[in-house]
Amino acid sequence: MSWLAWRMLIGDRTKYWGIVFGVAFGSLLIAQQSAIFVGLMRRTSSRIIDVTEADIWVMDKQTLNVDEVRPMPENRLYQVRGVPGVEWAVRLFKGQVVVRTEDGGFRQVFLVGVDDGTLIGTPHELVLGSAESLREPDAIIVDQDGYKLLFPDQPLRLGAAVQMNDRRAVVAGICRVSPPFTTLPVIYTRYSRATVYAPHERNMLSFVLAGANKGTDPAQLCSRIAEQTSLKAMTSNEFLWFNVGHYLRNTGIPVNFGITVGLGFVVGAAIAGQTFYLFTLENLKQFGSLKAMGVTNSRLIGMVLLQAVAVGVMGFGIGIGLAAAFFETTERLQNVALRGMYLPWQVVAVTGVAVGLIVFLASILSLRRVLVLEPGMVFK
Amino acid sequence: MTSVLEPERGHTQGPAVWCRRVTKDYSTGDDVVRALRGVDVEIPYGEMTLLVGPSGCGKTTLISVMAGLLDPTEGDVALLGRERRDLVGRALVEFRATRIGFVFQQYNLLPSLTAVENAAIPLVICGWKRSLAIARAAEVLEAVGLKDKMHQLPSQLSGGQQQRVAIARALVHSPKLLVCDEPTAALDAESGRKIMELLRATTVKPGRAVIVVTHDNRVFEFGDRIVHMTDGRIDRVELPSTQRTEFGTEHTASLN
Repeated sequence: MSWLAWRMLIGDRTKYWGIVFGVAFGSLLIAQQSAIFVGLMRRTSSRIIDVTEADIWVMDKQTLNVDEVRPMPENRLYQVRGVPGVEWAVRLFKGQVVVRTEDGGFRQVFLVGVDDGTLIGTPHELVLGSAESLREPDAIIVDQDGYKLLFPDQPLRLGAAVQMNDRRAVVAGICRVSPPFTTLPVIYTRYSRATVYAPHERNMLSFVLAGANKGTDPAQLCSRIAEQTSLKAMTSNEFLWFNVGHYLRNTGIPVNFGITVGLGFVVGAAIAGQTFYLFTLENLKQFGSLKAMGVTNSRLIGMVLLQAVAVGVMGFGIGIGLAAAFFETTERLQNVALRGMYLPWQVVAVTGVAVGLIVFLASILSLRRVLVLEPGMVFK
Repeated sequence: MTSVLEPERGHTQGPAVWCRRVTKDYSTGDDVVRALRGVDVEIPYGEMTLLVGPSGCGKTTLISVMAGLLDPTEGDVALLGRERRDLVGRALVEFRATRIGFVFQQYNLLPSLTAVENAAIPLVICGWKRSLAIARAAEVLEAVGLKDKMHQLPSQLSGGQQQRVAIARALVHSPKLLVCDEPTAALDAESGRKIMELLRATTVKPGRAVIVVTHDNRVFEFGDRIVHMTDGRIDRVELPSTQRTEFGTEHTASLN
């Protein structure tokens, strides 16, 4: 009977593609908007993601997120180092400063000051130069997209000079980083230089990055650090979600994207549901004939569900394909606003579930009509 | 006729369909409409029985009861040797699938299937492999004169040709009871006549009963027996002599 169901479905090509594109449109909207939402949330934690060496982030208890930091006194570093189970601990500065370029332009940038000795926190992917070049006087490493913002229409090159806080800095490396939440350039320098480039405050230490001894559970070590130093300590993963949680709670981003994703679901369900329902209504006489000729209700349910699954799979495939093509195209066009956005498999899976729900709802309406159908209606 | 048009062997003792004091009520809100008012009728094997009468007289309700599509409110019905009340749920559905063939007024062919695929549907319902079902359907279509139209869609066929496909579909699984609802109503006089000739030639067999609901008095000549209905009752049963001797059926004067 599946053959029959399939042939009934594709018999009217216009309606068939109408249902498929309803589902595809819903899939596209849900997948694309969800992926951008996930990408944005990921961006809020990009500075955490890029520091791969640290097991643990230690910060002042009042710190709200990776961008809103209450600086700590320098001696906090030594307190952390003194906690049993800590293998190493280094300083990290994270702040926003204004950069002046040679042509008089200026831009707000993220400034990251990494440990002078170990350079832990330096980006790993260098396009030009090397991480070690940070050891040179006044050296900074600029992220590739940030470089284009600081030096528009100029080719990537080392040696370009800028000023921060009236201090000279020279581009000694160009790197790739995870895109930040805002489109500010990211500049790396040594901690000692960062505290000079940034406006001076009494305390300058943003974070202490720490590594756990072999065999020490980072989560347990976090508790120990918090207990012994009265600071907030989180594993990298905990800090990432803490950060994401802050943005989810304190911005309108989830509401806005939630509305769009919800609309995608509603519109997809409405188009697919309505078209599928009309399709079933128009075939009601055929279903009635089949019922009269001896097709059981369970077989009719199977037929309708098969039709629903067929349009669901097709629509989902087209929708996800279009979403993937969108992200592939923006990647190839090197669109700064959408850099780093991609279609995670989790979004594909969630979209699949949503599409499943759409076709289920669409088929439920239709099934009801088919099941209550009296076979005797074929004679009316 | 070729063997593909023969009914299955099985019950042929007594009438194919037997109704006693059958009533059928429909509820419309607070009102109850009595569509059948104590119908007594027997439909014998090997004959074409025409069920005739004015609109609203209960023909459609009676044919639905006799085809196992509607439950009677009261009374007894026997179908092909089985008590109707014993046929419930899946057993009734399977009974219809294997024993009864249907011809509808508007043909009710699936528009996306070719003629041969449409004709094969009852066999697919009965669980035949599609390829075997289509091979068998092709034989039946050939028998009803549509050998060269097998792969046409219904929309590419005339009304008469579509009804031929519907007849092939009704016969393909060798049913013992054929129920035809106004098979000529959607056709012009000439096409209607040809369809009735075809129905007579291909469907009326010793082991099969054929019931035709019609209000078209031009086709009365094709019936072995004509059951007249009025106001939910059997008014009278006519036995035209012109068609009655083909299988040597002996009729009783009246069943009422």
